[in-house]
This record gives sequence, structure tokens and C-alpha cells, in this order.
Amino acid sequence: MASSKNIIALKSILHKEIHRFMRIWVQTLVPPAITISLYFVIFGSLIGARIGEMAGFDYMSFIVPGLIMMSVITNSYSNVASSFFSAKWQRNVEEMLVAPVPNWVIVAGYVGGGMARGILVGGIVTLVAMFFVDIQIHSFAIIIITVALTSATFALGGLINAIFAGSFDDISIIPTFILTPLTYLGGVFYSISLLPEFWQGVSQINPIVYMVNAFRYGFLGISDVSLIHSFAVLGIFIVSLYTIAMVLISKGIGLRS
Amino acid sequence: MPSALAISGLEKTYKGGFHALKGIELNVEQGDFFALLGPNGAGKSTTIGIITSLVNKTAGKVSVFGHDIDLELEQAKSFIGLVPQEFNFNQFEPIMKILLNQAGYYGVERSIALGRAEKYLKQLDLWDKRNEPARQLSGGMKRRLMIARALMHEPKILILDEPTAGVDIELRRSMWNFLRELNQQGITIILTTHYLEEAEMLCRNIAIIDSGIIVENTDMKSLLAKLDIETFVFDLKPSTALQSFKQFNARAVDDHTLEVDVKKSQTINRVFDELNKHGLDVLSMRNKSNRLEELFVNLVGRGQLADENVVKEK
Ligand SMILES: Nc1ncnc2c1ncn2[C@@H]1O[C@H](COP(=O)(O)OP(=O)(O)OP(=O)(O)O)[C@@H](O)[C@H]1O
Ligand SMILES: [Mg+2]
Repeated sequence: MASSKNIIALKSILHKEIHRFMRIWVQTLVPPAITISLYFVIFGSLIGARIGEMAGFDYMSFIVPGLIMMSVITNSYSNVASSFFSAKWQRNVEEMLVAPVPNWVIVAGYVGGGMARGILVGGIVTLVAMFFVDIQIHSFAIIIITVALTSATFALGGLINAIFAGSFDDISIIPTFILTPLTYLGGVFYSISLLPEFWQGVSQINPIVYMVNAFRYGFLGISDVSLIHSFAVLGIFIVSLYTIAMVLISKGIGLRS
Repeated sequence: MPSALAISGLEKTYKGGFHALKGIELNVEQGDFFALLGPNGAGKSTTIGIITSLVNKTAGKVSVFGHDIDLELEQAKSFIGLVPQEFNFNQFEPIMKILLNQAGYYGVERSIALGRAEKYLKQLDLWDKRNEPARQLSGGMKRRLMIARALMHEPKILILDEPTAGVDIELRRSMWNFLRELNQQGITIILTTHYLEEAEMLCRNIAIIDSGIIVENTDMKSLLAKLDIETFVFDLKPSTALQSFKQFNARAVDDHTLEVDVKKSQTINRVFDELNKHGLDVLSMRNKSNRLEELFVNLVGRGQLADENVVKEK
């Protein structure tokens, strides 16, 4: 399967994808750093002091993992969504379609590019956070696994979004109307144990709750949900989204007339 | 030895119901220089799109060097180099990157790709532009970029969809030479064009497509031989008698120029005899080089007829 030609093709797509977001770093890498600083100033210093502790940690320390996760989610999603859509728009996606590149290589290349941006931005945001708060690490392995799986999930989501998209508007609808609300309600800013029972139940169907909590566990060693559930949710999402993406590409949806 | 390209019973109905290809049969031998000619909307790009898997076919078979695209798509793809009709590269990417990426998609090692990119960019006069983003190239340069890109994996068959559209005469000639050289090196070439002169100058075999049907498929020589009428243009001493000369389907262009159609079975002597009878003095004559054009109009007319029959049958 993974012949040397496929590896070269995969490297080319990855190289192209990483080069793309590095070239436009002002649009891709700087904004998350600014956003996170604002969150720290407002929620950490100004309001955080009045909130006091959350789940036994000062508020700043509590929200850091969620904020990092938030930027990983948005960046891995939007990287693939805009890059793949723009390749459709300019028709340079045809360069790949005419070549003997297997579909899994196309998916892996774009998803890898999205993960690279998600993880790089996550790293940048973590560095910025270190100016505001002492970062502690409970389990480095959990942090890495969670960030990798989460960025893969949302990169796949961004790819599927781009496959269906017919205009640039179509790649901002999902982030605005679905991703942002789910993230804000995903336990980034609060422990869901604070919610009334009904809303705790509702939160259980929000996948982002599982990702944020697994990630927070990696830093603080606390979580509102069981880690097994978190990784199960991530696993199910990755397998289903990958399958959907492969079916769409091999049918040529949005790519071949 | 399998054909470079074999197409049979190829049909395409687009979403929305437009029946663009109605059973295309086509065979291109290895090493051929083949022209696919046809008016706008005839189905040339659709056919090429199916061969290169950018368009899904509705029915029929396509094989490239013996590899059926339904069964061995990746092998088939690796033989083909495509120069599409419309620009389809990332406008923001530098030329060199576009070439290296394309080579990468075909699994060509980077060190080899670098050498090829240099060779083709130099041959196509784009070497100085190698670090510029593609959007900064002129139209003719963009066409050449797409030719270089199509060659990066050294395909055995090069398919060019109107490669010289919007290219000036001088550049067109140098592109022709470049393509001839490639063909001499053994690469099978298929091109579509609206310039009949181009097909006549370059190609050994030709198919004419109209409304999704192949209306003619033969070698260039016999095609030209089929045309049994030749048009001559006479430059005469100005005379009023010119208007009354009606033989040989004559047309007076002005008071001293006359066009006549001569069948192969007739002799030009007879034209001179008739001109003498009318007291017309010939200063010079030439044949009007529109042979292929006439043929084209003839054949395309036939295609439309066939089309109407199809409609009636329903
Ligand atoms: N994506 C599409 N959806 C619907 N109809 C299409 C599509 N693409 C092409 N067609 C139709 O199919 C027919 C053949 O188009 P095609 O592009 O193959 O023509 P062509 O021979 O390449 O013409 P030209 O010389 O103008 O490039 C046209 O009538 C065109 O309108
Ligand atoms: Mg066309």
C-alpha cells in the first residue's frame, strides 16, 4: 500500500500545506496569540480574580488547557477548510486528481497539514500562556495524544466542509454556527459539574467537552468525564469522519462533474 | 502493442441531463501525433476530462497503454501528462514549487524533479521566472508553465487541450517545434485545437468531433484528399465582364478579383478557356488555403444532421 511513490506524494502535499500557512503566518499564527493574550487579560487578571477557584485551581490555571484546545480546534479546522476549498476554487486540486495519488494520501496530506497548524498554534498559545501563569504538567503523554487526536478530528471536519462548500461563505458557516457555540459550551471556561443536572446531561452530548477535559487532565490531573470516554469519543469521530471523507473523495463529490 | 489510447462507446450525460458525448470511438496508436478537432461545445474537453479522470463517465471504456481506467486507474494515470484548457494552478505559488509539487504527486524523487524542472523551464523560456508566483506570468507563459508541469513525470502520452489558445504566432510556432521534438522522442501527443492550420501542420491523424459524435477519423492526408473542390483566386485586369462570369460557381470579389471552385475531375485549362471567351486577362492566380476549413464546415454540418436523427428517434 504505502509504496515509496505514495510516500513522496504524501510528503509533497504535507510540504505544500505547511508551507502555505507558514507563508501567510500573519493571518494564521499571529491572531491566535493575540486572542489568547486578550482572554488572559480579561478572564485571567480582571475577572478571574473575582471568580476565585474552579475545581480547586485558580481560574487562570483552570482555563489555560481549554483555551489552548480552543485554538487547536479552530486552526486545524480552518486550515484544511480554507486550503482545500481554495484548491477547488483555483482548480489546482486537479493537479492531484490527475496524478496517481491514492485518495488516502490526499486525505492524510491535508489532515496532516491541518494537524501541523493546530499543534503549532497550540504550542504558540502555550508559550504565550506561560507569561501569565505557571503551567504545570500532569501527564505529557495525555496532552500529546489528546492534541493529536483532536486536531485530526477537526482537520477531517474541515476537509469534509471544504468538499461540500460551493463558496467561501460555506466554509465559515459551520465554524460560526456550530464549532464556536460547542466550544464555548464545551467546558473551556467552567467545570460542567457547576451546571444544573439537566445541562450537565446536555453537555454530555457535546464532543468538545470530552476533548477539553482529557486535555485538562493532562495538565491538571482533573477531569469532569472519564478519560476512557474521551478517547472513545475521539476514536469514533476520527474513524467516522475519515470514512466519510474517503467516500466523498472517491465519489468525486464537489470535485468531479 | 496496445494503443496509446483506446476509447469505445464513451457516453457522458452531465447532471441536469445534458448529453455531451454520444458514443465516442477513438483509437490513438503509440507514437502518433493526433488532432481532435471540433467546434465550441463539441465535447473535446469532456472527452479529455474523462480520460484524465476529472470527469466521471456515464458509459463506455477507456484504456491508456492497455490499462483500463476502471480497473487500473493509477497505472493509466501515470502514463498521461495533461495540459488543460483552463489555467488550473495555484496562482500564489511560485513556478518552481508548482513543478516540484506536481512531480511529487507522481512519486518523482525531489532530486530528479529539480533537474527536470530546470530542463523544461529553460526549454520553455521560463527559467528567469522560476521564483515568481504564477499570477505574475503572461497568458502565453502560463500556457508554457502548464506544458512544463505536464512533463514533470515524463509521461508517455501528452494530452493538450487547446494549448495555443491566446498565444501569438511566433510563440505558437516555437510551441509547435517543441511539441514536434517531444513527438520525435517517442511521446504520443493528442491535441485539441480550433486552428485548422495547427492540425494540418502538426498532426498525422485526426478525428473530428461534433455534438458529442466522432464524424470523421482518418489520417490527415486522406482527409485532405477527400476534398475534391479547390478554390482559386484570380487577379484580373479590371473589367465589367467579370460580373457576368458565372461558370465554376464564380464569385466576383471586386472589379478585378474572381474566386472559382474547381473540382478535381475538371482541369484548370477549362477555366482559362472560359476566361478567354469572356475576354478576361489573368494577371496572377493562387489557391485559397481554406481546404480544411471547408471540409470542417462540411463535416460539422453532417454531424448536426446525425444529431437531429438522434433526436427524432426518441
Ligand atoms: N460541468 C458541466 N455541466 C453541464 N454541462 C457541461 C459541463 N461541462 C461541459 N458541459 C457541456 O458539455 C458540452 C461539451 O463541452 P466541452 O467543454 O466538452 O466542449 P469543447 O469541445 O471542449 O468546447 P470548446 O472548444 O469551447 O472548449 C457543452 O455543451 C457544455 O456546455
Ligand atoms: Mg474545451
